[in-house]
Amino acid sequence: MTTRNRQIKNFTLNFGPQHPAAHGVSRLVLEMNGEVVERAEPHIGSLHRGTEKLIEYKTYLQALPYSDRSDYVSMMAQEHAHSSAVERLLNCEVPLRAQYIRVLFREITRISNHSLALTTHAMDVGASTPFLWAFEEREKLLEFYERVSGARMHASFIRPGGVAQDLPLGLCRDIDSFTQQFSSRIDELEEMSTGNRIWKQRLVDIGTVTAQQAKDWGFSGVMLRGSGVCWDLRRAAPYDVHDQLDPDVPVGTRGDRYDRYCIRIEEMRQSVRIIVQCLNQMPSGMIKADDRKLCPPSRCRMKLSMESSIHHFEPYTEGFSVPASSTYTAVEAPKGEFGVFLVSNGSNRPYRRKIRAPGFAHSQGLDSMSKHHMPADVVTIIGTQDIVSGEVDR
Amino acid sequence: LSNWSRLSSLWPLLYATSCCFIEFASLIGSRFDFDRYGLVPRSSPRQADLILTAGTVTMKMAPSLVRLYEQMPEPKYVIAMGACTITGGMFSTDSYSTVRGVDKLIHVDVYLPGCPVHAIPIIIYYFLFK
Repeated sequence: MTTRNRQIKNFTLNFGPQHPAAHGVSRLVLEMNGEVVERAEPHIGSLHRGTEKLIEYKTYLQALPYSDRSDYVSMMAQEHAHSSAVERLLNCEVPLRAQYIRVLFREITRISNHSLALTTHAMDVGASTPFLWAFEEREKLLEFYERVSGARMHASFIRPGGVAQDLPLGLCRDIDSFTQQFSSRIDELEEMSTGNRIWKQRLVDIGTVTAQQAKDWGFSGVMLRGSGVCWDLRRAAPYDVHDQLDPDVPVGTRGDRYDRYCIRIEEMRQSVRIIVQCLNQMPSGMIKADDRKLCPPSRCRMKLSMESSIHHFEPYTEGFSVPASSTYTAVEAPKGEFGVFLVSNGSNRPYRRKIRAPGFAHSQGLDSMSKHHMPADVVTIIGTQDIVSGEVDR
Repeated sequence: LSNWSRLSSLWPLLYATSCCFIEFASLIGSRFDFDRYGLVPRSSPRQADLILTAGTVTMKMAPSLVRLYEQMPEPKYVIAMGACTITGGMFSTDSYSTVRGVDKLIHVDVYLPGCPVHAIPIIIYYFLFK
C-alpha cells in the first residue's frame, strides 16, 4: 500500500470578535501549521470607546463611572485607583473607616472577579458546572454591592475622599455569614478541578511564562506571581490599611496555567481572610474626608442648612479643583496592576488620565504563550490571562 | 403549535461586547436561570433566533454585528440591551468611536434600559416581548 505525500500548508484562521470564549471582543488572527498555532496576533480595539478622551471633558466625580466600566468584572478596584490618584493630588486624608470599607469591598471584588475568571476559563476548557456554582456565589456578592451602593455591578461607590455612603445595618453580619460558607464553596470547586486528570492534562505546561518573560512583557498580578516573582502591590507598596492586614501571597513555580489556577483559588481564600480581618478591625467613624469642598454632605444635612446645600451643589455641578500636578497611582486589581496616571492643570477637569490596564500588557504576551499549541489551548490561554476587552481597549 | 414552540424556545446568540455581558452571564447562571424559559445560548448565528446586543458597539465592531445579524435565519428578533446599545449611553456625548445606538445598524424590536440592565428586568421584558 502506498501513502501519498501530502503537503500541509500554513493557513490563517480568524478567531473572530464573536466567539463563545466569551471574553468580550477580541479578535485573534492565528497562523496555523496544520493543527498547531505558529503565531497568534491579537487585533484589539473593537471596544475602544474613547474613555480617556471622554474623561477629559468631565469633572473628577463624573469621571468615576468610566473607571467602573473599563474592567467591568472588578469594578471597585478601578474606582479605588481613580480615587487614590485624585486624593494624592489633593493631598487629602481618607478616614480610617473609609479605608477599611474600601479594602473590604476590594477583596469582595477580588473574589467576584476570580470566580468569574476561573469558571469562565473552566467553561472554555470544557467544565460547565463550576460556572453555575460560582455564579451563585457571585450573585451574593453582587447583592452586597447593591445593598451598599444601589447598583449590582457599576457601583461608583469608592469616591475621592472616602466612600459614597456608610454600610447599611446588617451588611457586616451578612458578609460574615458569606465568608463562613464560602470556603466550602471553594473546596467544592477545587474538588471538581484541581485533582482532575483531564483538568491537569489541559492545564499543566500549557501557556508557560518564565519569570524573565513575565517581567519583560510587563505582566503583573497573577501572571507574574505564577512565574515565581513575588510581587504584590498590597505588600510592596501598601496603600490604605493593607499594612495592618496580614494576607499570604501565593506564588507559583512553573508559570503554566495550572499554577495560575491554583494561585487564583488561593487568592480567593486569602481574600476571605482579609475580609474577616477587616470586619473585625473596622472602627466606627466618618466615611468621607472632612473637607466640604471635596465630599458632599449627607442628604439629611443638606436639607437643613444653606451652607450644606451649597456644599452639595458644588461638587455635583462644577466639581472640585485639583492642584496642577501629576501622579501615577496603581492598585493591585484582581487582574494585575491597574494604574492611573493623572495629570491635572488646576481646573475641575483632568487634563489627562492615562489608564494602565493589566490586560493590555497581558495580551501582548498572547503570541509567545500560544506558540506551538492547539487552537483549543489558545482559547484557554486567553482565559488564564484574564483578558477583558473593556480594559484592553478602554 | 409551531408558533408555540418557536416562542417557548427562543435561542439567543451568545454575543456580547462589554459590561452587559456580565449580567447576561448571570442570567445563564444558577440564580436567574435562562434555560428554564427555553433560552439556550448558541454560539453560531445560524442557530440563533434572538440577539441580545449586550455591550457598547463601536465602529470597529459594527460590521461584525451587522454580519452576524444577516447570518441569522428568519424569524429573528433583536433586543437592544442597555443604555449603550439604545443611544450610546455614557459614551454618547463625545466619543469618537462609539455607535450611538444599535438601531442605526440593525432593526431593533425591544429596548431594555439600564446600565447595566439588571438581570430580573431582562426576564420580565422577555415575557412581555413574547
